[in-house]
Amino acid sequence: MDLTTSYMGLKLRSPLAAAASPLSEEIATLRQLEDAGASAVVLYSLFEEQLRRESAELDYHLQHGTESFAEALSYFPEISEFRTGPEDYLEHIEKAKQAVKLPIIASLNGSTLGGWTAYAKQIQQAGADALELNIYSIPADADATAADVEAMYLDILKAVKKEVTIPVAVKLSPFFTNFANVAHRLAQAGADGLVLFNRFYQPDIDLENLEVKPNVLLSTPMAMRLPLRWIAILYGRISSSLAATSGIHRASDALKMLMAGADVTMLCSALLRHGPGHITTVERDMVAWLEQHEYESVQQLKGSLSQKNCDDPSSFERAQYMRAISTYPYDPNQIAAA
Amino acid sequence: MSNKTYLTVDGNEAVAYVSYRLNEVMAIYPITPSSPMGEWCDQWASEGKRNLWDTIPSVVAMQSEGGAAGALHGALQTGALANTFTASQGLLLKIPNMYKIAGELLPTVFHITARTLATHALSIFGDHSDIMAVRQTGFALLGSASVQEAMDLALIAQAATFKSRVPFVHFFDGFRTSHEVQKIQVIPDDVMLSMMDLEAIQAHRNRAMSPDRPVLRGTAQNPDAFFQGREACNPFYDACPDIVQQVMDEFAQKVGRTYQLFQYVGAPDAERIVILMGSGCETAHETVDYLVGKGEKVGVLKVRLYRPFDMKRFIEAIPASVQKIAVLDRTKEPGAAGEPLYQDCIAALYEGLAKGWGQLKTMPKVIGGRYGLSSKEFTPAMVKAVFDNLASAQPKEHFTVGIQDDVSQTSLPFDPEFSTEGDQVVRAMFYGLGADGTVGANKNSIKIIGEGTDNYAQGYFVYDSKKSGSMTVSHLRFGPQEIRSTYLVSHANFVACHQPVFLERHKVTQPLIAGGIFLLNTPYSKDEVWEKLPKVIQEDLVTKRAKFYVIDAIKVAHASGMGGRINTIMQVCFFALAGVLPRDAAIEAIKLSIKKTYGKKGEEVVRKNIEAVDNTLANLHEVPVPGVVSSTESLAPGVTKDAPAYVREVLGKLALNLGDELPVSVFPVDGSFPTATARYEKRNLALEIPVWDEKICIQCGKCVAICPHATIRMKVYDPKCLEGAPATFKSTDARNPEWKGLKYTLQVAAEDCTGCALCVDVCPAKNKQEARLKAINMRPQAPLRLDERDNWNFFLGLPEMDRRKIKVTQLRSQQIMQPLFEFSGACSGCGETPYIKMLSQLFGDRLLIANATGCSSIYGGNLPTTPYAQDACGRGPAWCNSLFEDNAEFGLGFRVSLDKQKEFAAELVKKLAPVLGDDLVDGIVNAVQQDETGIYDQRERVAALKQKLQGATSHEAKLLLPIADTLVKRSVWIIGGDGWAYDIGYGGLDHVLASGRNVNVLVLDTEVYSNTGGQASKATPRGAVAKFAAGGKPLAKKDLGLICMTYGNIYVASVAMGAKDEHTLRAFVEAESYDGPSIIIAYSHCIAHGVAIDMGVGAKQQKALVDTGQWLLYRFDPRRAGRGENPLQLDSSAAKAKVQEYLLTENRFKMLTKSKPEEAKRLFEKAQTDADLRWQFYAHLASRKLEGGAEPVTALAK
Repeated sequence: MDLTTSYMGLKLRSPLAAAASPLSEEIATLRQLEDAGASAVVLYSLFEEQLRRESAELDYHLQHGTESFAEALSYFPEISEFRTGPEDYLEHIEKAKQAVKLPIIASLNGSTLGGWTAYAKQIQQAGADALELNIYSIPADADATAADVEAMYLDILKAVKKEVTIPVAVKLSPFFTNFANVAHRLAQAGADGLVLFNRFYQPDIDLENLEVKPNVLLSTPMAMRLPLRWIAILYGRISSSLAATSGIHRASDALKMLMAGADVTMLCSALLRHGPGHITTVERDMVAWLEQHEYESVQQLKGSLSQKNCDDPSSFERAQYMRAISTYPYDPNQIAAA
Repeated sequence: MSNKTYLTVDGNEAVAYVSYRLNEVMAIYPITPSSPMGEWCDQWASEGKRNLWDTIPSVVAMQSEGGAAGALHGALQTGALANTFTASQGLLLKIPNMYKIAGELLPTVFHITARTLATHALSIFGDHSDIMAVRQTGFALLGSASVQEAMDLALIAQAATFKSRVPFVHFFDGFRTSHEVQKIQVIPDDVMLSMMDLEAIQAHRNRAMSPDRPVLRGTAQNPDAFFQGREACNPFYDACPDIVQQVMDEFAQKVGRTYQLFQYVGAPDAERIVILMGSGCETAHETVDYLVGKGEKVGVLKVRLYRPFDMKRFIEAIPASVQKIAVLDRTKEPGAAGEPLYQDCIAALYEGLAKGWGQLKTMPKVIGGRYGLSSKEFTPAMVKAVFDNLASAQPKEHFTVGIQDDVSQTSLPFDPEFSTEGDQVVRAMFYGLGADGTVGANKNSIKIIGEGTDNYAQGYFVYDSKKSGSMTVSHLRFGPQEIRSTYLVSHANFVACHQPVFLERHKVTQPLIAGGIFLLNTPYSKDEVWEKLPKVIQEDLVTKRAKFYVIDAIKVAHASGMGGRINTIMQVCFFALAGVLPRDAAIEAIKLSIKKTYGKKGEEVVRKNIEAVDNTLANLHEVPVPGVVSSTESLAPGVTKDAPAYVREVLGKLALNLGDELPVSVFPVDGSFPTATARYEKRNLALEIPVWDEKICIQCGKCVAICPHATIRMKVYDPKCLEGAPATFKSTDARNPEWKGLKYTLQVAAEDCTGCALCVDVCPAKNKQEARLKAINMRPQAPLRLDERDNWNFFLGLPEMDRRKIKVTQLRSQQIMQPLFEFSGACSGCGETPYIKMLSQLFGDRLLIANATGCSSIYGGNLPTTPYAQDACGRGPAWCNSLFEDNAEFGLGFRVSLDKQKEFAAELVKKLAPVLGDDLVDGIVNAVQQDETGIYDQRERVAALKQKLQGATSHEAKLLLPIADTLVKRSVWIIGGDGWAYDIGYGGLDHVLASGRNVNVLVLDTEVYSNTGGQASKATPRGAVAKFAAGGKPLAKKDLGLICMTYGNIYVASVAMGAKDEHTLRAFVEAESYDGPSIIIAYSHCIAHGVAIDMGVGAKQQKALVDTGQWLLYRFDPRRAGRGENPLQLDSSAAKAKVQEYLLTENRFKMLTKSKPEEAKRLFEKAQTDADLRWQFYAHLASRKLEGGAEPVTALAK
């Protein structure tokens, strides 16, 4: 079975890649992912804001309480060198490149335009095969218009594209007034790939302690419906590669995404839940299904049920919910009796 | 700029610079003010910096200075090039080995920051009492007078010790030289190396102990041999002065700076001279230059090599014309014929004259005097006073200078206005808060000027003795000539007040000269500010025709993202106004320096600082000084007006930094001070204070328990007491069923609170409508201050609850007990003081505390005021600090003494039965004092006894009355930090615990030497970065509790109040009730951990610590074994999270991920293993079933 696919010009051995997650923090795990058959790995994100905060924190704590009391003019040794920039991340890319053969896609979350471009450049220099821009933003500012928010995405992409030659993908949230428009504009601005979609950490409430507590909920296959729709809509209509992420747990999920038009599917929650070896299972099941259904290659499958190629293109746009209701065998008498 | 290399460093760094380059083994232990030398060496070694022999020195931190001396002795005996650093008590602990090292002619240099020895009080400051205590050891004593000399003589001592085989003490004045920042010329490495006598070093190696050429040293000798053997070393001491002078000459030839063993400066035909050593030489030199310039025939003889004392060179250095000599000693030897240097000079003059040495023909008049004890100022005015005294017909002998001695009339008067400083020297003073970065910025300014121009630069910094809200005063000088002014600036061209609050109490413009510049950071505009100044400040500015500038630095800092750090902003103002450098050049230099200083901490920090620089000048405004004074506002007193006279007139002056004005007569003769005086020093530190919402409060007492400064308290009282309450006084019904019908109030001492917000953090009660609000919430202090002052005073007047009615094992009841430890000078948010406060609540009225030196002895016992308090009956903790190392033994002494007196008193009581009556005797002798009721009853009986014996004349009655109070149970507590308990005092602690006596030990475990600035102890956990563990502590924390448990009869508890407060309470009650030795190891969060404890995070850290299993809560009670139960109760549950989750929340661990990420990973993994294994082991111990019926384990001795 020919599983190969191409994502942003990268030749991948299969459409099953590992999305950005803590699994990529250890070289040993990267090796496990490679051994399990992952075709590419998106590294965990380099957060500029975190670097800035840590730098400020380090300064604060090294200064705090100093030069106040004659016997304790400081509380820590005067270390002459700290790694307060992206050194660790860049070194990790280098080590990853040495350790595994699969393509390494770095992930960046900047907080200033200067940060996006400077770090992107350094990431390329460190040897990353591609870069994913993790534009993780919750626009809570009531004064920011939809146009402002969209412009920010485009500005970042354009600035980064000017600085690097490796392929650049943009990982997006689905929360735009007109997602299709944004996707098209990003593609026109040079996005080599679009990654659909970013799952945000969602806050929760601790009832006992009356506190808001953010925590991570791993995705379920339900989450794949949203990217599935938009990949299907975008397939064949924009120049960017399409990566599907969110809710891809089983071979069937990946197959559906491919059929909708994804060039690659990226697994995260399933790998965190079952371990890197889960990729082998998904691939095996995928091959079995493809063979059973007499497919020759993934290429053949790709986009076969996209909006462009499916028998009912409107199904991706219509309010499916309404149709579902209308086909439901509704009997008012039964409800009254209940 | 010349082509010489300059550095702007303090004395400690200058000495460490040389020492590190020329040695290969360093044995270190922290003690102020010498600690930085060891810290530098440890840090350089951890960074892999090679010395001039091209190897990385081995730096070993020891458990005490005595240990360091022992290790050094061993290193020297086996041929190492080894040295050490210390001061004061540390030097005393090295004395036994110093005799050995000298007796064995082992070459080494001990670099000593000369510091006061503790006598009637401890002092961290400088004098020569420690140096004088080692003059008999056989070490050569070589003294430096300045930072430059300290570097130079460090090298000279090193070269001379190898050539002479005589070990050296190289000393320089603590703080005045060790901490003074000066621009100095650096000795090139090749010069240093060239001055080492390789043959002499080779000979030292060849003499080393080796099984290849074995010898035996350290023999025991008898009367037939010892004396001769002791005299055998004489030729080495005879040769030593010549060798030192030769080395000095070689140094002069290579470097250009000339030194002599006794260096004379002054008129060649001087008639009056002073002789002294140490930093005072510089001031004397400056004064002599000035006076000679005025035509006076005076001079100064600087003593550099004090031992071996070269009498010939000494007398040869004195001009023939000299008629009168004053020998100045910076030490005191009570009862002696004179202080040591004076006696040496007299002896040398007598002997030298007899031998015809030197140019003197007749014996001059020689007088001795004391100056500068504990860094007391020594100024040109005082030097002049000494010369004036010499000039008088009957000079005062054995005088003092610098104080007013109205008891023994020893002191010389001096004119404080006398000044020798020329116009060329720019003198600047800066009043700052510790937290605002003033000192750091000033050190930086000195570097900019020192290293960027041909000017010389000097900085000296005066710190507060309080650890929270402390004022720092920076004294800076810049000028084209070498600066010899080893005294504070008193005539300043420029004065900057970085905190407007200082104006309320301090006349900060006092030192300003006429026409000088005054810069004030103030929230008021240039148009408003004049009216806000106190009268004395206005008067000063008007009469001095000062130029006055203001800036709202806080506003600029906030706008630049700098928070409260205004250092860079004020630095820019200084350069813009003082004119030491052209303005633009100065600003460029500041920016360059910011990049250099902060670059390693990341771009963000650099960016914010540069932004602050750019935002400053537009906000700096000149304020025209009106011709008239309009203010009527006077300065606030140091203590409240209602304070007792002694507190007002003596301690209050100390609180205002005016202690120098106090005469001898106001001081106690034996160091005894009244307690309960901190309450009069209203410091108003908090910008925000907790405000109680009585409707939300569940009255749990947690906030009261955790408050480090005892500023939030609760009382329960009869509703009738509310009569006359201030309008804003809050009260609600008490919820505790035992207090039904009573009223409850939670009150904050607004003017004593430091605003740490720990109370808010631990408050479990949340507002149901607005969950961000709790039962206490932080609100701005200023608008509340006056009302809350009245409320607090009313609250204090409410009756305390009868202690017999308080349930002491339940926090919400127990916290009603009056704390007898309040308003200490501890850090805001301190993790130690809540434990001491709890102790004072539980047992304060019968408590004796032996306190090891450290943080707890400083916030507990540093003048001016005392946090240990008294109850309405005048009872309260009696507190004493002996030393650092001996605290357990000191406390055991209390116990033994009290037990003996109690036993004797009981014997006397029995003998007095006919007078006292059998019932009373029986009651007293057989009293059970297990609880408050028992103690109350016994106090009543003892009172009855005293009543009955009043006026009694019998021998027994006279013996009994002074000790009758010992019949009431005394609670003896031995308190100290981990540096004491795990390291320096461990031997004694072990012995005292093993004694079986009823002593209680409280270890305030901050896992680091907090008081001396964060050096690693054996309590420091694996992976923590600390001084002496710059690369992360490689080994796990010592398990002190486990070691103690192995005795079986010691009550051991491990507690963390922030994690489980009621557990801590139970441990205290159980420990005290156990009639045997007890130890409580109390985790104490600390500023040295790199957590914002002043923002209330301490308790949260403790919770994380326990939740991750990094700290276990347990109690080991031998009484349980007596009942056949497992004595160990594990009181914390299995870890709920990984250790790393906790580690990464504290900078002490996290910074390792930034400096040595691989090592951090390795050590953090090991830390997890440590926690896992420890938990498993303790769980195993706690789950054991005692088989075969356990033997009752009880105290061994009663």
